[in-house]
Amino acid sequence: MIKTHRNHPLWYAYALHRISGLALVLFLPAHFYVLSLALTQPERLDGFLHWTEIPAVKFAEFGLVFLLSAHLLGGLRLLALELLPWSPKHKTLAALAASGAVLISGTFLLNAV
Amino acid sequence: MPREFVISGLRLFWSTAIMNEGFSEAPQRLVEDKKDTILSMTNETTKMSVKVWRGDKSSGSYQTFEVPRQENQTVLDVVTWIQQTQDPNLSYRFACRVGMCGSCAMMVNGAPRWTCRTHVNKVLDGDTLEVAPLRNLPVIKDLVADMDPFFDKWVDAGGHHAPSASRYDDMPKISSDEPERAEANKSIECINCAVCYAACDTVAQNPDYLGPAALQRAWTLLNDKKVDDHDAVLEKVSGKGGCHNCHSQGSCTLYCPNGLDPMRAIAGLKSATIKRALKRGG
Repeated sequence: MIKTHRNHPLWYAYALHRISGLALVLFLPAHFYVLSLALTQPERLDGFLHWTEIPAVKFAEFGLVFLLSAHLLGGLRLLALELLPWSPKHKTLAALAASGAVLISGTFLLNAV
Repeated sequence: MPREFVISGLRLFWSTAIMNEGFSEAPQRLVEDKKDTILSMTNETTKMSVKVWRGDKSSGSYQTFEVPRQENQTVLDVVTWIQQTQDPNLSYRFACRVGMCGSCAMMVNGAPRWTCRTHVNKVLDGDTLEVAPLRNLPVIKDLVADMDPFFDKWVDAGGHHAPSASRYDDMPKISSDEPERAEANKSIECINCAVCYAACDTVAQNPDYLGPAALQRAWTLLNDKKVDDHDAVLEKVSGKGGCHNCHSQGSCTLYCPNGLDPMRAIAGLKSATIKRALKRGG
């Protein structure tokens, strides 16, 4: 149950940015390790890439693309908030960032199926 | 004689009656209306359940009171009613009752509010009201929070005036149209109620964080030409616990009862400190 003082769009934007950031921190070491297999053990990499064709893994990739795009667009919003001339339209910008993330990850999912 | 007495008596009666009908009808109606209002205000059939935090900084729990509902009733009215009619030991803080002094802020149904200008109608959850001391501050007793950490941080953020001239110098002429003055004007109506401080999750997670009110004060100083050392202001807000701790959650701006925008002020400080660091080369 979300606490009352947190129940507003910019707090949800913060939560999404934080959760996506933490999830990417967990994912990226594994991602770089798998990429490093291209140099160290190409056969193992090929075997792993076959595994990524499984629908469940594709769906998980959709989740990753969503987190990545949400973090990227949310980060751009925060940079704009802090460095560009002030605009009071932060709820709109946060909604646009979330919508953009859904659009990008949704396009990825539709291409994958 | 008796006949004349009766006639004059009748005249007096009718004149009084006519006066009552003609001139006193409206006031009479007003009195009746007022009586109805008073009756409805004291009508205890409609009640709400008010959970009030009782305890000190070491422990405490909620105590429930049944409080009569009124048509126009602030949360401060409710707390006062409890203290005056149910338990005189209930401690709470208030002064002006008109949203000027900033002393009556409390957590109301989980959100920080200035209780003197928060109508029960707007915050009642069903028929339940939960009143607690301000979040992120130590509790002294019941609904009274210790404001010392809040004001200490105000001082830590440079919340005092460091003049650029002495009494022997001419008064600097500052137009209200100047962009810096216009920017400072957006933040100077802070009443130190600590509602923003209680709403902020960064304050909750980081005890060193100066908080929205203190940083907003620093922003007004940075935009004040009468302040001598702007660099000192930026130095104070760019260190540990400074403006870069802010996660831009926006709860401060959402809950500020005076409609100020501390998130904007903190964003301005972030931008100014980054520019200063780039100019200095790190």
